[in-house]
This record gives sequence, C-alpha cells and structure tokens, in this order.
Amino acid sequence: MLVLVVDSSTPAVTAALVEVTAAGVTARAQRRTVDARAHGELLAPQVGAILADVGIRPADLTAIVAGLGPGPFTGLRVGLVTAATMAQVLGIGAYGVCSLDGMGHPAAAGEPVLVASDARRREVYWAVYDGAGQRIAGPHVDAPVVVAQRARDLGVTAAVGDGAHRYADVLGLPLRDEPRYPDPTALALLAAERIRAGAPGEPLTPLYLRRPDAVAATARKPVLP
Amino acid sequence: MADEPLILGIETSCDETGVGIVRGHTLLADALASSVAEHARFGGVVPEVASRAHLEAIVPTMDRALAEAGVTIADIDAFAVTSGPGLAGALLVGVAAAKGYALATEKPVYGVNHLAAHVAVDTLEHGPLPEPAIALLVSGGHSSLLLVDDLARGVTPLGATIDDAAGEAFDKVARLLGLPFPGGPYIDREAAAGDAGAIGFPRGLTAAKDLAAHRYDFSFSGLKTAVARWVEARQRAGEPVPVADVAASFQEAVCDVLTAKALAACQAHGVDTLVIGGGVAANSRLRALAEHRAAKLGIRVRVPRPKLCTDNGAMVAALGAHLAAAGVAPSRLDLPADSALPLTTVSV
Ligand SMILES: [Zn+2]
Repeated sequence: MLVLVVDSSTPAVTAALVEVTAAGVTARAQRRTVDARAHGELLAPQVGAILADVGIRPADLTAIVAGLGPGPFTGLRVGLVTAATMAQVLGIGAYGVCSLDGMGHPAAAGEPVLVASDARRREVYWAVYDGAGQRIAGPHVDAPVVVAQRARDLGVTAAVGDGAHRYADVLGLPLRDEPRYPDPTALALLAAERIRAGAPGEPLTPLYLRRPDAVAATARKPVLP
Repeated sequence: MADEPLILGIETSCDETGVGIVRGHTLLADALASSVAEHARFGGVVPEVASRAHLEAIVPTMDRALAEAGVTIADIDAFAVTSGPGLAGALLVGVAAAKGYALATEKPVYGVNHLAAHVAVDTLEHGPLPEPAIALLVSGGHSSLLLVDDLARGVTPLGATIDDAAGEAFDKVARLLGLPFPGGPYIDREAAAGDAGAIGFPRGLTAAKDLAAHRYDFSFSGLKTAVARWVEARQRAGEPVPVADVAASFQEAVCDVLTAKALAACQAHGVDTLVIGGGVAANSRLRALAEHRAAKLGIRVRVPRPKLCTDNGAMVAALGAHLAAAGVAPSRLDLPADSALPLTTVSV
C-alpha cells in the first residue's frame, strides 16, 4: 500500500512516499526542504515530485498521513490542508500523528529522551519518550528553562529536535543530531495499524496548544485618539 | 454553454470560506462558511481565528458546493484561488487547499487577485464586462477605484483609501452608535429612518487642494473623527443621540464621495460602465445614489446582488473562467499566498 506522508510542523517541509505492508513500513521517496518561511510554496511541488519519482499517480495512493504538530500554526496548516483536500478528492483515509512522535519514536534507545521543536517566542514544543519510544509527557509548549526542569524530573538522558539544539545551553542535556525533524517513515509506522485496518479517516485537527492572539473588546475603545 | 470549462473557485482572504462553481458566466454553486460571529466580540477580524476557521471549513464547504452544483470533483476542469491580497495566514489555507485539489485531480490551478475577482463576479449577473470599465471596490478591507482595461491581464489602479477602508468606517461609526459588528447593514437600516441632511459631515479629499494630489483617493478617517466628536458633544451635554440622523448623515457623506469620484473617473476616461463591488456595495444608499447620478451622465451602473458583493468563492471562479477563456496560462504549484499582491497582477 502506497502512502503519502506530509509534515510541515517545523522549518523542515517534508513530503514522502512509503510502502506499508503487513511486515512493516519502508521508505520509497522523500523530499525535504528546510525553510521556515516557504511551507506554502514548497509542499505541493514536493508532493508532485515524489509521485513522479516513484512513477505513480495520485489515484494510486491508499492513505495519507499528516503530522498534526504542534508547530507554528501558519506553516502547520499547509500540511494538514494539503492532506485533507487530497484525501477528500481521492476518497481515501487521512490519519493524523503527533509530529513530535515522529522524532521521539525513532529516537528510542533504552532511556528517556526529550524531543523539542522550536515554537518561536522563546518557547519550545516538547514531549518526553520512554526507552521504548512511547510518549510519557507532552505535547506541551513552554519556555526552555521549564522544560529543562521537567526533563530532569522524568530522568531524561538525551535530547533531539531542532528546538533542543537551539536551546541546548538552557536544557543542559546531551544532544543527538538525528532525528532533527519529524521522520516520515516513523509517522507512517505510527499510523500503520489504522492504515492496514482501513480505518475511517480523521478530521486533521492541529495540536495548536496555544490560544489565538486576540484581545477581546471588553470595554468600548474610544474612537478618538 | 456546456462546452465551456467547469471552474471551481476558492476564497479565504478574510473571514469567509467560499467555494463557488461556474461554467462560463453561469453560476452553479456558491457555498460559504463565515467565521464572522467568532470575530464579533473582538470588534474586528482576528487573523488567527479566521485561519483556524478556514482549515475546519474548507472540506465541508467544498462538499456543499459540489452538491449544490450537482457535479463531482472529477468534473472540475480547473481550480482558481485567491492568492492575495488579504490576511497572510488565511490566504495560505485556501492556496494550499487549491493546490491539494489540483494535485489530486491532476488539473490546473489559477492563483488570482481578490480585487479583480470582485470585478469579475459581476459577469455572472450581467454578462461580459465592456472594457474599459471603471470599478469601485469598497469593503471592510479595501476601497479602490480601478480602470479595468483588460480583466484577464491587468487593471490600472486609479486611487484608494489613504487611511480607513470604507467598510471600516461603517464598523467604527456603528460602534460609536452602539450598533453591532459588522456595522454596514445596521447603519443602512438605521439610516432609512433618518435625515441624511441633518448633519453636514465632512467629505474627505474633495477640496480643490486635495483633489490636485488625491483626485481618486479616499479618506474616511476625518469623517469618522467628525462623527465621534459630534456624538460625544451630544453625550457630554446630556442630550440624546439621534442615531438615525447620524447614521443617515454619515452614510450620505461616504456615498457622496464614493459616487462622485467614481463617476468623475468614468468621465475622465471616457468610460460608460461603472461596476461596484465589495461588501459596501450592498449599501442601499450607495446603489441608489450611484444610479441616480450615473443616469444623468449616460453611464451604466452594474452592481451584483448583495450575496455576490461580499467575499465568496463564486467571484474567484468567475475570474478563473475569464482567465481560462482568455487563454491565460495557469499558475505553477509553487504559487505563493501574497498578502500584498498588487492590483496590476490579476493572476500569478
Ligand atoms: Zn473582498
């Protein structure tokens, strides 16, 4: 079963094709561009390119997996709307996976690991995974100093993700280079059971974690300056 | 005509998620989901709230449009989407959606200018637009006067507001008068019972010295301030505010300037057709005054019905159909959302 995977929750804009079989999930093609300001421009051409790489048409897809974030909202929505609209046209299921799981699951190495991605405004989106790659805390959004304390409390011994690299000084944890961004094969693996079962598609609701910035007009603002 | 392509248009530049379907000049579907109620308590559109609402609404609104037109998505020949101007995050949802649909159906997509789409929508009501024409586009987000010489390839901006948009002035004056958001329809309703000549509010940028530099530009900030001063003086004196008279006098000042400048542009360019679009085009006084004044000059005024004046997907589809008929090349899949897309760019 050929499955399209998209993730736009970090500065890395990712589109990948994976093969999901009874035995496992294997990568077939991937395009990734790291550019925090161009998710809207980059994703669709990348999807077109990987379809061409493998020589298939959209109608050959069995399912679509999308990283639900958390991530900076504007870019995150590009991946989700792309997945939702394509799935609608093709009449196939779209499945959401927490994007941090796409780093925490492959990072599993016997001891707890922190995954942190850049949330801007001097905060990180984060989660902690146990030695088997199961999420045991998060996803949350917090200042790095808060995350450092929580990670210590949870016995974390290493950190991954672009947010962990950016705030390495504050976190004070040994860093691992990979995975730096959500891994599409891992995202597909985490949705594989649903894909194999032909489970109904899901509404792709972003893990926003923050309320929209908006000031309610509680009192009437004077119109005169 | 059945041999014309079936075009689906997507609009998400502000707080309306619109999906429209047209064939040539025939409107087949105009589905809309609005987040306006979510913004009302903020007294204006909150961009992130609008973007979130677009993401939730796009797939169901598409389903409704297809059902309304009685077609399947496989029948669509090309997609069109507002690529700007508008709220950046909101535009991005529509542009990404249009690309998703285009990718999955292997059909082309046109990224189009929202303002040009406001002009094109009139072709669904009144047929082909004579060119050149003058277009007056007035809403909460824009107030522009354009010379439409070639709607498929480029329009010439003649003037625009130098401060508030016309619709914004309606919203602010409505707030002063204790009327709900968005203010346009409430002002219009109140004004119907008021005396438009009761208070002589200022007409921005109409004095001879202003006309030299701003012949076709608008300014509504001074008018809004004048209304605020007038109302506050009444309130300070402990006198009741004659809401209907203030609404009517304010509305008259706005409509007077808009129609005077639009018709002056028609005369200066030897144009006999004026198209009015945007949410403020739904204002009853603007329509009546424009028609009254234009008739004396032998100018024809074309105003689409109110539902087509406000933001919708049909207008985007109408422009897409016009581009396809004119043989304009579709956009590339890396087409960006451009919050400041200039008017001279009709499609990207
Ligand atoms: Zn508009």
